[in-house]
Amino acid sequence: MSEGNNIKKFMFVNRKAPYGTIYALESLEVVLITAAFDQDVSLVFLDDGVYQLKKGQQTKGIETKNFSPAYRALEGYDVEKLYVEKESLEVRGLSEADLLVDVTVLGSKEMGELMNQQDVVLSF
Amino acid sequence: MLHIINKSPLTNSSLDSCLRVAQSGGDILLIEDAVYAATSGNAFEAKIREAMGRFKIYVLQPDLEARGLADRIIAGVSPVDYGGFVDLTASNKNCQSWL
Repeated sequence: MSEGNNIKKFMFVNRKAPYGTIYALESLEVVLITAAFDQDVSLVFLDDGVYQLKKGQQTKGIETKNFSPAYRALEGYDVEKLYVEKESLEVRGLSEADLLVDVTVLGSKEMGELMNQQDVVLSF
Repeated sequence: MLHIINKSPLTNSSLDSCLRVAQSGGDILLIEDAVYAATSGNAFEAKIREAMGRFKIYVLQPDLEARGLADRIIAGVSPVDYGGFVDLTASNKNCQSWL
């Protein structure tokens, strides 16, 4: 089997805030599994999903695991394509400087184009 | 009366419904994902500022801290800890959770 034949473009669309529901954490788990199979992985953060990347999360008070440092570890698994929608940040009063990891900020239209190029899109 | 909200205002209509229905003079407590409503720069900020004239608005501090937003609280919204949460349920004669 020649290398590269089984590589698909996977996009994970994250639209939920962390901690209030389990979606954000579950997405992260599946991303890491997909990365282990050497796939072409992109992570997208839309709507309340952008809150997953907010700097300074301190979860001691709610006695829940703070999984936000894991986004910084993604690079170590060769997951380096992180995209955040500009409009989602703006409506929440956030900027790129508020995020705990380097991302590419895209407008809605560019985000739609990127989504169109994928082989598999998984929603969380 | 105490109104408790636990959903983000930008993806769920719970807080809008509460503000539409709740009688003035009550207490509103924002917990879990509803704490985003209490942060400055959020598109919901103007509605919170308007609501502060009719209600006393509280936010659960540990939930704000978990989300990295303890430094963004809108002036006039009162942070409470879990003990404060209990006090609010005790001092009000009844309570509605807008799930």
